[in-house]
Amino acid sequence: MARETPRLDHQVIAQIIEPGSHVLDLGCGDGELLSRLVEEKNARVQGIEVDEAAIHKCVEKGLSVFHGDIDSGLPYWPDKTFDYVVLNQSLQQVKHVELVIQEALRVGRKVIVGFPNFANWDARLSLCLFGRTPITPSLPHAWYSTPNIRFLTLRDFTRYCADRRLRILRLYGLGARAVIRFLPNVFAVNVVAVITRQES
Amino acid sequence: MALAGPVLETTADSMTPRSVGTVETKEFVFAEHPHELKLDCGKSLGPITLAYETYGQLNEARTNAVLVEHAFSGDAHAAGIHKEDGRAGWWDFMIGPKKAIDTDKYFVICANVIGGCKGSTGPSSINPKTGKPYALDFPLVTIPDMVRAQKQLIDHLGISKLLTVIGGSMGGMKALQWGALYPEMVRSIIPIATTLKHFPQQIAFDEVGRQAVMADPAWNGGHYYGQAKPEKGLAVARMIGHITYMSDQAMEEKFSRRMKDEKMGFKFSADFEVEGYLKSRGENFVKRFDANSYLYLTKAMDYFDVSGEKLLPKGKDLDFKFLVIAFKSDWLYPSYQSQEIIRQCRLRHVEATYCEINSRWGHDAFLVDNPEQEHLVKHFLGRLKR
Repeated sequence: MARETPRLDHQVIAQIIEPGSHVLDLGCGDGELLSRLVEEKNARVQGIEVDEAAIHKCVEKGLSVFHGDIDSGLPYWPDKTFDYVVLNQSLQQVKHVELVIQEALRVGRKVIVGFPNFANWDARLSLCLFGRTPITPSLPHAWYSTPNIRFLTLRDFTRYCADRRLRILRLYGLGARAVIRFLPNVFAVNVVAVITRQES
Repeated sequence: MALAGPVLETTADSMTPRSVGTVETKEFVFAEHPHELKLDCGKSLGPITLAYETYGQLNEARTNAVLVEHAFSGDAHAAGIHKEDGRAGWWDFMIGPKKAIDTDKYFVICANVIGGCKGSTGPSSINPKTGKPYALDFPLVTIPDMVRAQKQLIDHLGISKLLTVIGGSMGGMKALQWGALYPEMVRSIIPIATTLKHFPQQIAFDEVGRQAVMADPAWNGGHYYGQAKPEKGLAVARMIGHITYMSDQAMEEKFSRRMKDEKMGFKFSADFEVEGYLKSRGENFVKRFDANSYLYLTKAMDYFDVSGEKLLPKGKDLDFKFLVIAFKSDWLYPSYQSQEIIRQCRLRHVEATYCEINSRWGHDAFLVDNPEQEHLVKHFLGRLKR
């Protein structure tokens, strides 16, 4: 089996996280990112994942994971248990977005959010020019089979953070291969942001 | 979502799971006068015999010991073929060379509980003071008492730290109790299909079972040794137990409404296959289980409670990990009770993995060959630092 190219979003997240950090990944999938953080950053990690087959993959990798749904929040984790809570490519699939973000900010000092940018030019063309629901590299599913139930853009997210008085510490627009600096809301396929509660 | 299999890697001989072969049950005798074991009830017990089996080799550093805890009606014979009766162990699919608990790597120990009737001291054992079976003179033992007795065996085997303590149902309770009593002696705990305490529904089922035993005139206040045993009462208790171990889906699949003679008999004999099944399970059980032990062990489970802060005592070094497994169709020990274990771990920053296996076999699932459980245990153990 050909080795998959390393995921740019994982690379960016791994760069953000300081060595030895305590990290919780919400919707950790098969644990690829967490393993990377253990290897590269000597991080202490835990994950939550809803899919049983993915839990088995995580255990193979020696990761501690909780089989469950993040939509019900993170009960019983004390405040500020983690340096980072990661919500990568899972936010667009949760029902209770506000609850999940609040809970992530409660148990973590900083939250790293990653999501597909619905305002990417490819998606814009598809919708505006061809009148079709976008299918792009970061939104690869047809309307009838997509696990995504939220469609948001980089600008939607920055606006949301402003409304909720959340501080954006870092914001990255990701292209297919590199970080996009020019008009990221148009050219980025994915977004990675580091947020925290505003100090009052 | 079923996995392809328990990573049954290749067909090469060295990788094929095998049996541990023929095994013998050993005995460890301790707590002789004046060193009797102090029990939770305030009484003392001694001398005590523990029946136990071991598989695999203890390594030189003595860091590869796995303590397997049997469930309510289990015994020390967890794996291999028993030398005397040719029976396969109750967890033979889990324990053996290249199996989930790989005896090429680990030294596996399984001991029968005190209060039981499978070789360890219990109500059917001879009371040295009277020369007769203890019967109800046997003190009420608790899950912590069982674990305290086991600790003496582990000390005797020269093991100061267990790589893991693993068990399902009542076995899971004992595994949890190990963490609560001797956290410094365990590197990890694998509680399966279990709970931090018995809830009223579980106590209720146990009480119905006990009442069935005690309502049998042959029970005779517990004094039936050497005469007719309370077989009817014990069989009914076991029938109730079996209903709680199965999911309705499993019962539907196994029996549906099938009849033994394909037509109704218009009598109160067993028409339906499920009736015949329960009857035969009950009848088999009375041949191999002591009615008084049934009372003692169910009571021990009902008293079990390591909820709240009792599981992970404050001020103790808690350098261990949990793998908690529940089964979706288990309604006797529903998964929310397993999740309580995880919550305690979260509060105390103890590393824990939780998986709810999508099995349809109900509470019995942990005793049924299932690739998911094997896969989790194998890889969790493989990743532990020895």
